[in-house]
Amino acid sequence: MSDHAHEHDHDHDHGSELSEMQLRVRALETILTEKGYVDPAALDAIVETYETKIGPRNGAKIVAKAWTDPAFKKALLDDASKAIGTLGRVGDHLIAVENTPERHNMVVCTLCSCYPWEMLGLPPIWYKASPYRSRAVKDPRGVLSDFGVTLPKDTEIRVWDSTAETRFLVLPMRPPGTEGWSEEQLAAIVTRDSMIGTGLPRVTS
Amino acid sequence: MNGVHDMGGMDGFGKVEVEANEPPFHHKWEGRVMAMVRAMGANGGLNIDMQRFSRESIPPATYLAASYYQKWFLGLKKTLLDRKLVGADEIAAGRSLHKSPALPRGKFEMKDVVRVTTRGSFQRDVASPPAFKIGDKVRMKNINPPTHTRLPRYVRSKVGTIERINGSHVYPDSAAHGHGEDPQWLYTVVFPAREIWGDDADPTVKISVEAFEPYFDRA
Repeated sequence: MSDHAHEHDHDHDHGSELSEMQLRVRALETILTEKGYVDPAALDAIVETYETKIGPRNGAKIVAKAWTDPAFKKALLDDASKAIGTLGRVGDHLIAVENTPERHNMVVCTLCSCYPWEMLGLPPIWYKASPYRSRAVKDPRGVLSDFGVTLPKDTEIRVWDSTAETRFLVLPMRPPGTEGWSEEQLAAIVTRDSMIGTGLPRVTS
Repeated sequence: MNGVHDMGGMDGFGKVEVEANEPPFHHKWEGRVMAMVRAMGANGGLNIDMQRFSRESIPPATYLAASYYQKWFLGLKKTLLDRKLVGADEIAAGRSLHKSPALPRGKFEMKDVVRVTTRGSFQRDVASPPAFKIGDKVRMKNINPPTHTRLPRYVRSKVGTIERINGSHVYPDSAAHGHGEDPQWLYTVVFPAREIWGDDADPTVKISVEAFEPYFDRA
């Protein structure tokens, strides 16, 4: 499979330890397969879905639509699962939170790694790691500076700790200079981090 | 449980390090672990709260040193052993040695893939209406169960305000231990940072948690 070359690149420093992980994981998969609990081909399909079909582009399209369609934006903020559900599959209890000049939203899961997978794909390592999970609720401005983001001193910072099955999608502010852009052009500047609240949309042109 | 997983507000972990162009998985086995966890949830072998409790139960030194998917693997293995779906002898042998219980939804197959790649619903009806309304002041309970809970330590005993009512949901504190879904009302409770971290905290910061009704009392 195409992973092999990639895997080799990452494994060379810790070859023996990671080979050990590969063996242990393969053994468990063999056991579950022999017991008739899982079809390995269906596991392949799950992996492939997250590698190729589900990622931050899903969320970016929603943000771009909200920027250009006031009725959709209102519906999104009222009930994000319902609004997005009219366009395609989405999980329940998704909550969209809007950034404004007065308020900036940031999402964390201090207890584990809760994240809106269907909108943003698999969470990046930093989102699941101790530095972010520990500091986001105590020093959000410090965390934002790790991302190179500085907000005005009087902007309210609202941190949402995802401690249940509700999920949060930040609706970032549409940057100036994007008037008249198509949804497709707008979606291209909506970064993953801007929908977590650790970044801002990136206008390069 | 008051585990090392409950890290909101801890110091000393350093800066957030971002990996540029991070791939979905860094090793092939990581994808297999993720897929097995999803599949064994979908076929009814285990639920998400059991998985979380198993990961929280990893000894702290191991938890902090393990990569994300190493924790998932350790948690999956522990849950399967605890649920007696897999035996320790089978883990050692690397193959199935005896018959295991049938699962509620049978084998995980191709037809089930679309379902697991959309997040499941945890909404469940409850008989009584929510006991609190938006704007109510509430004090989070000072509870320290050795079992699973989704009430983080940093908000215990703190006073917050109900901001949203998010429906009634499976109660993780019960479901994690196989005691049934016991659905409860779920709220967004918001706190000024100063209520949590003291007078030196940034006055512009507010923090919210998603809190089940048994987690708090009227303030």
